[in-house]
Amino acid sequence: MAGDEGRPKPVPRPTPDTAPYWDGAAAGELRVPRCRPCGEAFLYPRPHCPVCSSDDIEWFTASGRATLHSYLIAHIPAPGFEDEVPYAVAVVELEEGPRLMSGIVEVPNDPEHLVLDMELEVVFDRHGDVAVPKFRPRGGAR
Amino acid sequence: MSRRPGVAIVGAAETERIGRVPDMSAMQLHAAAGLAALRDAGLTTADIDGVACAGESPVDVADTLGIRAGYLDGTMVGGASFMLHVRHAAAAIEAGLCHTVLITHGESGRSRIGMQPWAPAPQSVRGQFEVPYGAILAPSTFPIGVLRYMKRYGMTPEQLAMVPVVQRRWAARNPRAKLREPITVEDVLASRMISYPLHLLECCLVTDGGAAIVVTSRDRAADRPRPPVHLLGAGEAGESPAISQMADLTSSRAFRDAGRAAFAEAGISHADVDHLMIYDAFAHVPLYGLEDLGFVGRGESFSFVEEGHTAPGGRLPTNTNGGGLAYTHTGMYGMFAIQESVRQVRGEAAAQVDGVRVSVVLGNGGSFMSAGVLVLGAAEAAG
Repeated sequence: MAGDEGRPKPVPRPTPDTAPYWDGAAAGELRVPRCRPCGEAFLYPRPHCPVCSSDDIEWFTASGRATLHSYLIAHIPAPGFEDEVPYAVAVVELEEGPRLMSGIVEVPNDPEHLVLDMELEVVFDRHGDVAVPKFRPRGGAR
Repeated sequence: MSRRPGVAIVGAAETERIGRVPDMSAMQLHAAAGLAALRDAGLTTADIDGVACAGESPVDVADTLGIRAGYLDGTMVGGASFMLHVRHAAAAIEAGLCHTVLITHGESGRSRIGMQPWAPAPQSVRGQFEVPYGAILAPSTFPIGVLRYMKRYGMTPEQLAMVPVVQRRWAARNPRAKLREPITVEDVLASRMISYPLHLLECCLVTDGGAAIVVTSRDRAADRPRPPVHLLGAGEAGESPAISQMADLTSSRAFRDAGRAAFAEAGISHADVDHLMIYDAFAHVPLYGLEDLGFVGRGESFSFVEEGHTAPGGRLPTNTNGGGLAYTHTGMYGMFAIQESVRQVRGEAAAQVDGVRVSVVLGNGGSFMSAGVLVLGAAEAAG
């Protein structure tokens, strides 16, 4: 990936409550917490359910299938992203329900190639020591 | 009829200079604005027993001004913080914790004098789940729902571009506005892309400036030199620090919740509102605000703006100082929106609207992270 020159990309620093998410990413899996009593799957990870407050949480491995819910294309780079502009910042919706912010890879980041509701699948991209989930068009670029 | 026992804004002022003020630090701007608001209220620092501000600590602001405060509010929820300060000050005054609160804002947003560098901590929610995707400052987060809004409601780029076009018509009437030249939809769409689908002219200014207000009880407000601007109702709300976690990217829950609370407390309907301010960091934010406050239905705001209802001569004059898009935007713009509502209710605005009895001001914090709404009135009750 780009970003070898200049400032490094910001690296997320896991906390105890988010460690399973980042451990999963390092293992190539998108792990998502789900509340056992009420069944709600949610992101960002928390040690309790944001709907019913239960702390009876299980982690499952999501399919990695998602759709492109919305996005913008940044023309002014954040520090560490100077060589990537213009780049898309997206909100993707997982097949299991939760949404997350992500980047879209393996496709030009322009309005012609990024169409709302297009089908995506997760890939993992290294930022320093951490693997970060990103998404690419499902079944290859259009 | 308002359910509030009653407080009023009796002093309001901005720093003499706004825009580029490279010879003043953020704290100097706080202090200069605070002293200007005290002069406007005919008060001195000895009359103040409460201080509130965001960004800087209220301890620091009180100390720099030599105020011995027994009420300190450092609520910091972004650009809406000042609406929350007013609401909290009202509750504190009504509860007898203090009697007169000075609320200050100062930010060297453009010159960055005396400002702390800002970035989310790498262990925070945003630091872990948004910043790694290059989403740090507002242009790379705030507009993320616009494409979904356009797809859901059929808004065109030309319709979105009408927001800055209309606000520039207001700015043209305001000598203090930074951008006063008329612009067209074509100008907006020809300006450079900042964050697709938003162009430069659909993004707010980045400026230096300060502003402050003085809030006191209704009884004390009666003896002040300036006409009191009564707080008829107020509301506050939050949604998420992460815009990706909004329940609906085309509508702000915080706007809806804060607005509903403020309107209910004031006991007003939308027809009672003569003047409206909606925080406009980007062109789509006033559209969300018009819908989320209930002035129009979902997906109807851009036609409402296009038809001229928020423009000079329209039935809902909105962002009459020119807004963050054309007047000034220091970073936490909410205080400047309050200032314009106060001027309109007092009848002293540059682009004065006839007969403003009730003004509503909606503040936003972060990227739809938080909201504060104030209903301000010339009389103690609306209607």
